[in-house]
This record gives sequence, C-alpha cells and structure tokens, in this order.
Amino acid sequence: MLTQYLFYFLSFLAIFSALLVVFSKNPVQSVLSLIVTFFAIAGHYVLLNAQFLAAVHVIVYAGAIMVLFLFVIMLLNLNEDSEPQKPGWIKFAATITGGLLMVVMIAALRSAAEMPAPQKVDASIGMIKNLGHVLFTDFALPFEISSLLFLVAMVGAVMLGKKEIHNP
Amino acid sequence: MLAVLIYKLILVFAILGISLVVAMYSTYAERKVAAFMQDRLGPNRAGPFGLLQPLADGVKMFMKEEIIPSVSNQTLFIIGPCIAMTTSLMTSAVIPWSSDLSINGTSYPLQVTDVNIGILYLFGVVSIGVYGIMIGGWASNNKFSLLGALRASSQMISYEIAMGLAIIALVMMTGTLSLREIVEQQPGGHWNILYQPIGFIIFIVCAFAECNRTPFDLAECETELVGGYHTEYSSMKLGFYLFAEYVNMFISSAIISTLYFGGYNFPFMHELGLSPNMLALLGGLVFFAKIFFFIFFFMWIRWTIPRFRYDQLMNLGWKGLLPIALGNIALTGLVMWLTGKIN
Repeated sequence: MLTQYLFYFLSFLAIFSALLVVFSKNPVQSVLSLIVTFFAIAGHYVLLNAQFLAAVHVIVYAGAIMVLFLFVIMLLNLNEDSEPQKPGWIKFAATITGGLLMVVMIAALRSAAEMPAPQKVDASIGMIKNLGHVLFTDFALPFEISSLLFLVAMVGAVMLGKKEIHNP
Repeated sequence: MLAVLIYKLILVFAILGISLVVAMYSTYAERKVAAFMQDRLGPNRAGPFGLLQPLADGVKMFMKEEIIPSVSNQTLFIIGPCIAMTTSLMTSAVIPWSSDLSINGTSYPLQVTDVNIGILYLFGVVSIGVYGIMIGGWASNNKFSLLGALRASSQMISYEIAMGLAIIALVMMTGTLSLREIVEQQPGGHWNILYQPIGFIIFIVCAFAECNRTPFDLAECETELVGGYHTEYSSMKLGFYLFAEYVNMFISSAIISTLYFGGYNFPFMHELGLSPNMLALLGGLVFFAKIFFFIFFFMWIRWTIPRFRYDQLMNLGWKGLLPIALGNIALTGLVMWLTGKIN
C-alpha cells in the first residue's frame, strides 16, 4: 500500500520536474529540475528492488554528468537575453512534428490496454550479486563491448581536450 | 513494526545529535590544536578552558545580520547551504556504530540501515554534496564565489574517481558493499589497513580533498579568492557551510575507521570474555576513539602542510593518485589470484 503511494508520488515528481525542465526560462533552473527528475527515477528503481541501479543512476547522472552541465551553463552565464530567437517557420515545423509524435504515442498507448499482466519475476534480480553474476556470464560479450565503447569515448575526450602543440 | 520505527527514529536523532555535537566541538578542538602547534593558548575565555566557546560562536552566528545580495538568485542562494548541510548529515545513515545490543531478547542494531549497497550510497551522497557548493557559489553572483565554487567542485569530482578506485580494491578483497559486513570481516586486530595500505593512503588523501581541507582548501584560498564560494554569505548560512565541513570531517573519519581500521573491532576483544552488550558498548567507545584520532589527524595535517597550487592539485589527482589506484586494483587482483582466493 505504502509502495503504491510512493509510486504515485515519485511519478508525479518525475513528470512535474520534467515539465519544469522544458518550461523554465532560466537554464540553471532547468538543470536543477532535471536533477530532481533523476532522483525521482532513482526512487522508482529502489521501488523495483534495483538498488544498485538506483545508486549508480544517482552517482553517474546526478553526481557527474549534471555537474558538468551545470559547469558549462554557469560559465556561459546563459539567460533570457542571450537566448537565440528562432524564426517563425521553425516554430511551425516544431508544432507539426510535436503533433505527429503525439499521434504516434496515442497509437502506441492504445494497445497498452490489451497488454498481458506482468509476470512474476525474481524480486532479487536487481541485487548486486545477481546482477554481477548475470553481467559476467550471460551478457559478458555486450558488457565487454560497452566497456570498449567507453574506452573509445575516453580516448576521444582526451584527444579533444589536448592542447595543440605548434612546432616552432 | 511500530516499535522498530520508534527505535530507528530515536537512533536517527541520537546520531544526528552526536554528529552535530562532535562537529561543534571539532571547531573548538581545531583552534586548540592550532594553538598547541603554534605555541599559543587558544580560546580560554568562555567557560573553563574555553569549553563554551562553540556555543558562543553559535550564538554569534545566529545573531549576525543576514545579508542576501539583491542581484543574486534568492531561492538558490538559500538552497545552497541547505544542500551542503543535508548531504553531510545523510551519510551517517549507513555507518555501523557498534555491534548489536540485545535487551530482553530483542536485538537492537546500532546502525540506522544496513543497505547492501552501503558504499555506493556513500558515493551517491558525496557526489551530491558538490551541488551545495556550486549552487551557493553561482547564486551569489560574485566572480570570486563562482571561481571558488568551480575550483571546489572540479576538485571534488576529480578526487571522487581516485577514491572510488581505491575502494574497488577493498571491495574486491571483502566481496561485499555492505559496511556492516566489511566491519565484521575485520575481527580483533585483522584490520583492512594491513592488506590495503596503498588503498588507504589514496583514500585518506581523497578524503582530505573531498572535505576541502588543507592542503586542498583552494576553494577558499583567501589570498586569491577572498572567501571562495561563501564570500557573499553571512550569518547562519555561512555557519552552515563552515559547519558542514566539520560534519564532513567527522563522517569521513568514521568511514576511514570503518573501512580500514576495523570499525568497532579492537585487538583481543574476544579474549576478554565480556558479555555481548558490554562488548557493544566498549566497541562503540573504541570506534569513537578511532574517529577522534582521525579528526585530530585532519587538524594535524592542516597545521603542518601548506596549501597546494591549483595545477599541482589537479596533477596529483589525475596523474598521481589515479594511476596508483589502478595499479593497486591490479596488484590486489594478482595477490588474490596467487593466494588462491580467486581462480
């Protein structure tokens, strides 16, 4: 019963702050709302018994990525005056694409009513021991490939961040 | 259910109170230690030996005029110190203060919650702590504050990485992320420091950087940045920032003792033949003795080592500690393989 209330509260929080991200005029406020959204989603993970995922979600998204976002926005000191004004036809195109997306979403959600009831799964699957076991046995190849991807991204970031050395 | 809830509530408030009192008297201890190191007397006017000095300071902080810069973002200006204080107090939830007390057959664990991802929880909270400083520094709308906030937060996220890698080696060895299990794997004098000396050194250096303590207190470097990220703060909001630093110091000392110095374990504890309750009480006292030693260690370093230059700090973090921590992980794996712990 309590978990159900928590679910509704977290969902409300997630959707509300996600809307704030889009609607707030101040970019710093947008970033902070996004952080609140991440926390709400982490709360959902805890409700689903995936504590490891929740902790990593908070550490990686709220703790690292959003800090860098905030860095950039604070340093550029963006505000309403510096917001670029879009020409009229872009707004028109954006409205149409948004509307099309809504139609697709409605079509997708319509069939959701006929979905079979969720099957009972092992509740301890999100625990770190089971997760580690699954990652290194059944999903070893995708796991290694994604770590390789991370390595490539790291090398790329170092290359981009390197100062150009001009030969005299 | 209700009894457990009430017990947990009492425990939470007790730990909160203890954290605040320890932090309060850390300010006094800091000044006394500084005085001792510099051959002075230190505060000695308020009460016997100046023991009421922290109270006097607190009253002064509360009574000071509150100034909020008119051009700053007011909401964020107030939220900043709140986040700093909240995150510093949140970490104490997963620390095991002692072994279980058993009264009338029911056992009362002296730990608020034993989550099975205790260490990750710590990391999550620590990584959120950056926001208090960043938001405060930005909302002040002052260049010195912003620079101080940027310095502090880039320092904190840089050292978090080395800290995490140092702990990974420890986790490899203990095979668990729960702090209670880690403590229970170090009975008597078999502390993790004996097996993880390199990891411990990396961890403690990173803990200094995370707490923004000297030699890593560039965030509030007076000669360059006036007061750093809290230049514009006054009254108790400034008090919150300063106080959060001391709470952080207390919690980091507790974590260092838990992870590397056996927590509430002490040598020959099982040979004494004491009842479990006595052992729990004694263990708690020993744990606090370790914590106080590390708080003293923090102060000792503060009055011994001068401040780093900023590029030296970043070099140490990224080119010094990070490779050593990676090497430590490989070394731990190798030793575990050679001794047959893993195959």
